[in-house]
Amino acid sequence: MQDLGISILLDGRNLIRLLEGLWVTVRIALLSVAISMALGVLLGMVMTLKNPITKALSRVYLETVRIMPQLVLLFLVYFGVTKTFGIHLSGEVSAIIVFVFWGTAEMGDLVRGALISIPKHQYESGRALGLTGVQIYRYIIIPQTIRRLLPLAINLATRMVKTTSLIVLIGVVEVLKVGQQIIEANRYTAPSAALWIYGAIFFLYFLVCFPISRLAGRLEKRWQD
Amino acid sequence: MDFEFIRQNVPMYQTAALLTLRIALWGVLFSFLLGLFCSLIQYYKVPVLRRIVGVYIELSRNTPLLVQLFFLYFGLPKLSVVISSESCAVIGLAFLGGSYMAEAFRSGLESVEKGQLEAGLSIGLEHSQIIRYVVLPQALSVSVPALCANVIFLIKETSVFSVVALADLMYVAKDLIGLYYKTDEALFLLVTSYLIILLPISIASSLLERRLRYAGFGN
Amino acid sequence: MEKTDALLEIRHLKKDYGSADVLRNVSLTVNRGEVVVVIGPSGCGKSTLLRCINGLEPIQSGEILLGGQVLTDGTAKWSQVRQKIGMVFQSYELFPHMTVMENVLLGPLKVQGRKREEAEKMAETLLERVGLLEKKSSFPRQLSGGQKQRVAIVRALMMQPEIMLFDEVTAALDPEMVREVLDVMLELAKGGMTMVIVTHEMQFARAIADRVIFMDAGEIVESGEPEEFFTKPKTERLQRFLNIFTFE
Repeated sequence: MQDLGISILLDGRNLIRLLEGLWVTVRIALLSVAISMALGVLLGMVMTLKNPITKALSRVYLETVRIMPQLVLLFLVYFGVTKTFGIHLSGEVSAIIVFVFWGTAEMGDLVRGALISIPKHQYESGRALGLTGVQIYRYIIIPQTIRRLLPLAINLATRMVKTTSLIVLIGVVEVLKVGQQIIEANRYTAPSAALWIYGAIFFLYFLVCFPISRLAGRLEKRWQD
Repeated sequence: MDFEFIRQNVPMYQTAALLTLRIALWGVLFSFLLGLFCSLIQYYKVPVLRRIVGVYIELSRNTPLLVQLFFLYFGLPKLSVVISSESCAVIGLAFLGGSYMAEAFRSGLESVEKGQLEAGLSIGLEHSQIIRYVVLPQALSVSVPALCANVIFLIKETSVFSVVALADLMYVAKDLIGLYYKTDEALFLLVTSYLIILLPISIASSLLERRLRYAGFGN
Repeated sequence: MEKTDALLEIRHLKKDYGSADVLRNVSLTVNRGEVVVVIGPSGCGKSTLLRCINGLEPIQSGEILLGGQVLTDGTAKWSQVRQKIGMVFQSYELFPHMTVMENVLLGPLKVQGRKREEAEKMAETLLERVGLLEKKSSFPRQLSGGQKQRVAIVRALMMQPEIMLFDEVTAALDPEMVREVLDVMLELAKGGMTMVIVTHEMQFARAIADRVIFMDAGEIVESGEPEEFFTKPKTERLQRFLNIFTFE
């Protein structure tokens, strides 16, 4: 009979500690998502400009972000910045910098896509009704843009939550790290703890991400023309 | 920057890059097969299997690869299921990639109108023939951009494999930083390696995408 | 009765989508070489009737026989039956990733396992007859609607069917292209092909039909020879329907 590794989960404050660890990840994700969304909207509007310089710059920015694994970016900031500029950035701050850098680019591209997807005749029929420029945006363009954008933005948010799990690799004490600590501490009393702890973390992530992506799916379906 | 140090360590990165590529190749291949299988099951609404596929896709899409790997590599051995580092990496990648590929295939399959199936049926084709001659060729051309994006995504995801004790690029870089404090050099080599792997693939996929978009069928 | 001559027999066919009855007790016999045209308001079940004959829609009760073989008892092998039934759809449904030639050869080569050389020769003859031989290497996207529909007819003919079903094949066409498709169908009828045609083209129905059938609300309301049918409709429902098409 194997030891009851599952009891480790319910032992003392273990579950609470795991949840606290998860909150570290989620907090970083939420903060990054919020900043990225705001900056991304600005970037997206800049990206629709016909100016060749802003076009080229935003393109390079987007491609750079897309081609580098997020973990490499984390390493660059966490190890590289510390070395080069002599400032020590904590893992959490590095993570937020990287995720905002990444999220802004992705969000910018989504906003750009949503903006240019509004057909020209929408502007024209607005004008034909005698609406002013501001009114056209207020009543026609922005509501449609948001409908297209929101599901995609929510999906981006789930991706960011999942990606935040990487921060354990630059030394942030989050849910995986806490899990490791619990497993270490019970190495002799509960050798099978790893199964239960990592299983639990797996489902904790699922519990966070699933409702969000469900919401995105719902909105997408509902707002499909 | 210490170029001599960089030169000396190129072979290490090379080995690591090849390891990454090898695992990525297998992972992508299995993701492809798994994804195609799942998408066909959903497309044809196969009872029971369809539910299982649905649960799998949700689990896979809503959990990070890193956590999946921890579970596979550290958790499963407690059930006496011991998997080697490399197999773990390939399984993990395929588990993650399968659902993404399934999505890509699904959008392609759904773009094929129902009337096409009926046209196939009405000239007496069997279901398997309809898949092969009518549905897949059309679906694939629609799916290509998403499939390419997934390949790049999966290769990028390989960067977490150091956690299952694979001496991949991140592992080597971290090692050099830890041992010699040659941070700049290690990071330089790291970024260069990933660029060498990913840039050609990224360029190739956008070329392929453009060709498909403009070539079309008889355009 | 010329029972020996019956090619297609439909007996007491019933079909519903859950609560809504689509076909209620439809019986119809089509003899070899006969051209039957089915008309009726949209939603009357005429397209569904065609789709049932071809096994594209499951039925609730009744039976369908082709050449004396019962199709609806669950033992019929549809992929074989469908080779004897050519179907042409309103939306053409050519395979967009194949050339015209590949479209018409798919069935003969993959289903019937015929020799490419022989099938290609037949395809060329048929394409020639519908005036599209020079389009054999084109993709569907490069064809007009009328041309696509003619290719679709050839694709069905390539299987050497015993009966052809036409489901509103001109409904999606620009008016100037309707004629070229109808001409092909007239030729076919003259050649002795058995045909069931669902259409809204009344003039055409009159010209091509041996028998016209009026369906409404899932049942056959009236049937008869075209002259009589159009000039002296017996039922009030048909009179009302025909009135829609006249302007006086």
